[in-house]
Amino acid sequence: MKPAPFSYYRTRSVPETVARLAELGDGAKILAGGQSLVPMMNFRLARPDALVDVTRIPGLEYLRAGPDGLRIGALTRHRTVELCRDPVVLDGFGLLPRAARWIGHYPIRARGTFGGSIAHADPAAEWCLLAVLLEANVVLAGPAGARTVPVSDFFEGFYTTTAEPDEMITELHFPRAARHAALTEFAQRQGDFAVVAAAVSVDLGVAGPPRPGAACRSVRVVLGGVGPLPFVVDTGALGGQPAAAATWRAAGELAAAQIDPPADGHGGPAYRRRLAATLVERALTEAAAAP
Amino acid sequence: MTWVGAPVPRTQDRRMLLGRGKFTGDLARTGTLHAAFVRSPFAAAALGSIDTSAALALPGVAAAFTAADLGDPALLAVLERPEFVPTPLPLLAIGQVRHVGEPVAVVLAEDPYTAEDAIELVGVDWSPQPVVASLAAAVAPDAARVHQQAPGNCLVDLTMFDDERLDGVFAAAPAVVTATVGSGRLAALPMEGRACLAEWDERDQQVVMHVSTQVPHQVRSAVAQAFGVPEHRVRVIAPDVGGGFGLKCVAGREEVALAGIAMRLRRPVRWVEDRQENLTASFHGHEQRYQVRAAFGPDGRILGLAAEVDCDVGAYSAFPFTCAVEPLMAVTELPGIYKVPAYRARGRAIATHKAPTAPYRGVSRPQLVLVMERVMEKAARELGLDPLAVRRRNMISPGEFPYTSCNGITYDEGSYAESLDLAEKRVTESGWPGERDRLRAGGQLAGIGYSCFSERTAYGTPTMSQRRMRMTPGYDTASVRMDPSGEVIVTTGTCGHGQGHETTFAQIVADRLGVHPGQVRLRQGDTDLASYGWGTWGSRSIVIGGGAARRAADGVAAQLRQVAARLLEANAADIELAGGAARVRGDASASVPLGELARIVHFQAHRLPEGLRYGLEARETFDPPGTFSNACHAVLVAIDPGTGEIRLRRYLVVEDCGVVINPVIVDGQVRGGVTQGVAAALLEQVRYDPDGQPGSATLMDYLAPTAAEICPIEVVHLETPSAFSETGAKGMGEGGTIGAPAAVLSAVNDALRDARPGAEIDHIPVCPWDIHAALFAPEPLAERSAG
Amino acid sequence: MKDTHLIRVRVNGREHELAVESRRTLADMLRHDLGYTGTHLGCEHGICGACTVLVDGAPARACLMFGVQADGQDVATVEGLADGEDLSDLQQAFSDRHGLQCGFCTPGFLMLAEGYLAELQAGRGDGGEPSEQQIREVVAANLCRCTGYQGIVEAVLETARRRQAMEMP
Repeated sequence: MKPAPFSYYRTRSVPETVARLAELGDGAKILAGGQSLVPMMNFRLARPDALVDVTRIPGLEYLRAGPDGLRIGALTRHRTVELCRDPVVLDGFGLLPRAARWIGHYPIRARGTFGGSIAHADPAAEWCLLAVLLEANVVLAGPAGARTVPVSDFFEGFYTTTAEPDEMITELHFPRAARHAALTEFAQRQGDFAVVAAAVSVDLGVAGPPRPGAACRSVRVVLGGVGPLPFVVDTGALGGQPAAAATWRAAGELAAAQIDPPADGHGGPAYRRRLAATLVERALTEAAAAP
Repeated sequence: MTWVGAPVPRTQDRRMLLGRGKFTGDLARTGTLHAAFVRSPFAAAALGSIDTSAALALPGVAAAFTAADLGDPALLAVLERPEFVPTPLPLLAIGQVRHVGEPVAVVLAEDPYTAEDAIELVGVDWSPQPVVASLAAAVAPDAARVHQQAPGNCLVDLTMFDDERLDGVFAAAPAVVTATVGSGRLAALPMEGRACLAEWDERDQQVVMHVSTQVPHQVRSAVAQAFGVPEHRVRVIAPDVGGGFGLKCVAGREEVALAGIAMRLRRPVRWVEDRQENLTASFHGHEQRYQVRAAFGPDGRILGLAAEVDCDVGAYSAFPFTCAVEPLMAVTELPGIYKVPAYRARGRAIATHKAPTAPYRGVSRPQLVLVMERVMEKAARELGLDPLAVRRRNMISPGEFPYTSCNGITYDEGSYAESLDLAEKRVTESGWPGERDRLRAGGQLAGIGYSCFSERTAYGTPTMSQRRMRMTPGYDTASVRMDPSGEVIVTTGTCGHGQGHETTFAQIVADRLGVHPGQVRLRQGDTDLASYGWGTWGSRSIVIGGGAARRAADGVAAQLRQVAARLLEANAADIELAGGAARVRGDASASVPLGELARIVHFQAHRLPEGLRYGLEARETFDPPGTFSNACHAVLVAIDPGTGEIRLRRYLVVEDCGVVINPVIVDGQVRGGVTQGVAAALLEQVRYDPDGQPGSATLMDYLAPTAAEICPIEVVHLETPSAFSETGAKGMGEGGTIGAPAAVLSAVNDALRDARPGAEIDHIPVCPWDIHAALFAPEPLAERSAG
Repeated sequence: MKDTHLIRVRVNGREHELAVESRRTLADMLRHDLGYTGTHLGCEHGICGACTVLVDGAPARACLMFGVQADGQDVATVEGLADGEDLSDLQQAFSDRHGLQCGFCTPGFLMLAEGYLAELQAGRGDGGEPSEQQIREVVAANLCRCTGYQGIVEAVLETARRRQAMEMP
């Protein structure tokens, strides 16, 4: 389990990276945290001709909350998000530090990066699900300059995106806060890839837990582990329903009915549907109760 | 005060904690070549030509070998029974591959990266063939044969017991329960994979191998037999070994091949198994299916038992145990601690196109205990009795030892009833039933389960010879000698790999010689140092190796007493050895330090009469019939009905391994064993698809448990000393693994029954989707075999 | 033609300068080029954690980093934990609590725990004394096949408490 040969380049700036990628062509890959890429290289399932190490580029590690939402630098480590206690970030985006705890294990989180996870585009990955849930924008730098792509136009399928080989993710932009939001997932072992993951948000119109008799304006549910892309559940039927347990249960059943999950060594379709129903119900219960 | 029984800190901890352990992969030699094996991507294929020329042309590649280049070497493990079909295990495939991962060629390069580059360049002409990758496929009519000489893919078919009264017993019985119990295929998964460094020693004309093994002498025998050289031309050393659990108690084809290559190239060659090889191309175990019928009287007494056991042993017999080890143990030991009056059992080893099997921790006992505990619980339900009462009614009771069972085995004194009584008492007093009820009231499923069992350990040749292995293991030999400074060196043929033998052997010997354990040094794992021995497996080392060491220490003690008697002008019978001195019993002034005695024996031999001169040294062998330790496990599980997740809440082991040499080490063995048994019950399974392609080649798919899946494990000891053991100790390395699956499955079924009457699961591993099916399938889950 | 780079790396405070092929993992570089064989390789795909070291103070799987990436960085391995021949408090706790048997996974657990304990001391994380459950979740990053984890969890918990108590004014 030793990787195939490649050439290694270290870059110090985004323009240098883009230029280097353009020069190296399709066989080059960006190396950031390496927590997904390097295992695949050790199995020789990934065999890039060249790696461009971007981890020394200064200035790409940040969480900045402002009037236009939250911006996260591509080289921000998962652990940095997890341990973020900035009240401005927590107010409206507290979901992200909470969700970070589901990512792998502590050493993986200490090294893996936000941008790397989005670029890797695993449809069960926490950041990918939250990016879809919160309708984030991916900021890419390329030879022609920067461009911003809505995440709905970014993920193409298992591990594939619309990024060009000479583009680099520099930032994730979350335009809207989500107070009532949660992510939960299930795997047989702590830290493993989710068999099914559910990311949800509910719009109650006001902050704080729902008052008795309150209705939810809308519900958003995104599932991982059920197909090649994060799956957005059609929740139109839930708008205007009471913000209460029966609605959360109904949302779970709605999600289960819409998916056609795969079978593998971690569970078959019937079980994954049941799991989706459970996790959606639980995530919505947690989301609604958020402060 | 004795050292035996004291929690003496382990000698090896310090070097491991400092990062100074020396594992095979840590050893460096100038000019070492690194081996990488070309492995089959097919489960079954005929091998045509193999072209290594492109690999050899790669810079940094020094050599490449196919089977023909090495003279078609193979290992042959034989059971001398007519029902056994031998299957030679070629070191490199000869004309045919029989499982994914089977090695067909080996490349040697200056570094492991280049070696892996090179194996991609080896051209192999494969002709894929039909595959049998499950028990069902292998025994189907017209199934493809894994070996031409084995029709029906049956390598062993033994009806060991066949009580002619049994049909009548079943016909007349008030209650008959049946069960089909399946267990999944497992990987032993030591954290250090297999590894070997082989080098030629010109001065000694010997190939010297450092191998990550539990059985240095058997590896030596394997090399000698495969290459036709005398055993003294081979020296096998086991340095620090990072766990074995049975995977390393057989000879691996790769390490044996490396010895041949080192002899050929006269250069150091190294192979370090990677995890993908470890999971797909080493050895597995435990994939078994039992079909049992048991007859019971109205009072819950078992009247008869009939069993058919099929073991999926994979493609070959491992050396030296053979593939019969699982079916033989299953049919021989199935009745366990229960008094079965009439018994019939047939066991088969079925070949499949999967990696071969080796005796993984517990061998067949986790399964056969699981089967008997399922049978007891089913009978209790059928008869409306308490499951623990049914167990008590049938278990061998105090006053009945030694007990000779229907399987011909004599069980030495144990505490079967006492351990269950104590476990039940502690479970109640610790509030488990209340916790279970609270969990249920909170919307979870919850259950408490027990398992009662004994563990046959330390089988010597009197017992092993019944298997009729061509190489019959069992005895072990120790030498003890005191050096001129009064310190002690012990050699043994056992080979610890994490069990703390450096400490426990020292405790045993220190008591006999009256020295501190820190003055006793154990030398193990070196075939040039120790007499022929059988290594460490089968919970044998402390009883057999430790027993031999104790005998040898007594020999040296006798020598010391005689020398002391001479110097102190007393009778040898009046000399006691304690506190580093020999002294006359009852006379505090008459004493001489052992170091002084040792100095005189070695440096002033002329002062002693002929018979007391020339060293303090003894060599002894121990070869016991075996002894049974026993335990009762209890576990409380909670099940999340929404996800099917099963979580351990409480775990208790009441354990009796006779005299405890070192309680810290015993507790550690129990806890580690339980963890592996829980993993077998809930998490781990080696999967293959119908084409024989592995589905669990990574640790993302083979789910070894982490700390988050395991709860604290309480261990309580009873001590019923063995009369068949020098020290009174019984083996205990496997009991944790043996008892856990049955206890966990009992608890799971206790939880399921409460939620949905009739729901029951009889296979392991129990996965979350099995819980889902048991709770929500239109019909309560039917029994199914694992797979 | 090998792609080789000249790098400088500090291991346990000691400077090393060496030429390393770009594909060589940090683990292989530490073990075979620099002789720090206390760092073990158990899976080479980032699951078992036996190769965990600290890179600039944070835990990293040395099988998921290339040696060249450590250029200019500080690497801490198990060999640097003890004060000369004296075991560190964490090492001593592992011995006292029987947190190891075969010892192969032990260096990885020690470095994982050191990374976590350093974070605690720096006041990051949740603050306060960690619970057994929290320690279990941290320790779950690595695999041990011998101990059942109980001694490891106890050793890390005990060390965390002891170090926090020492910081009390």
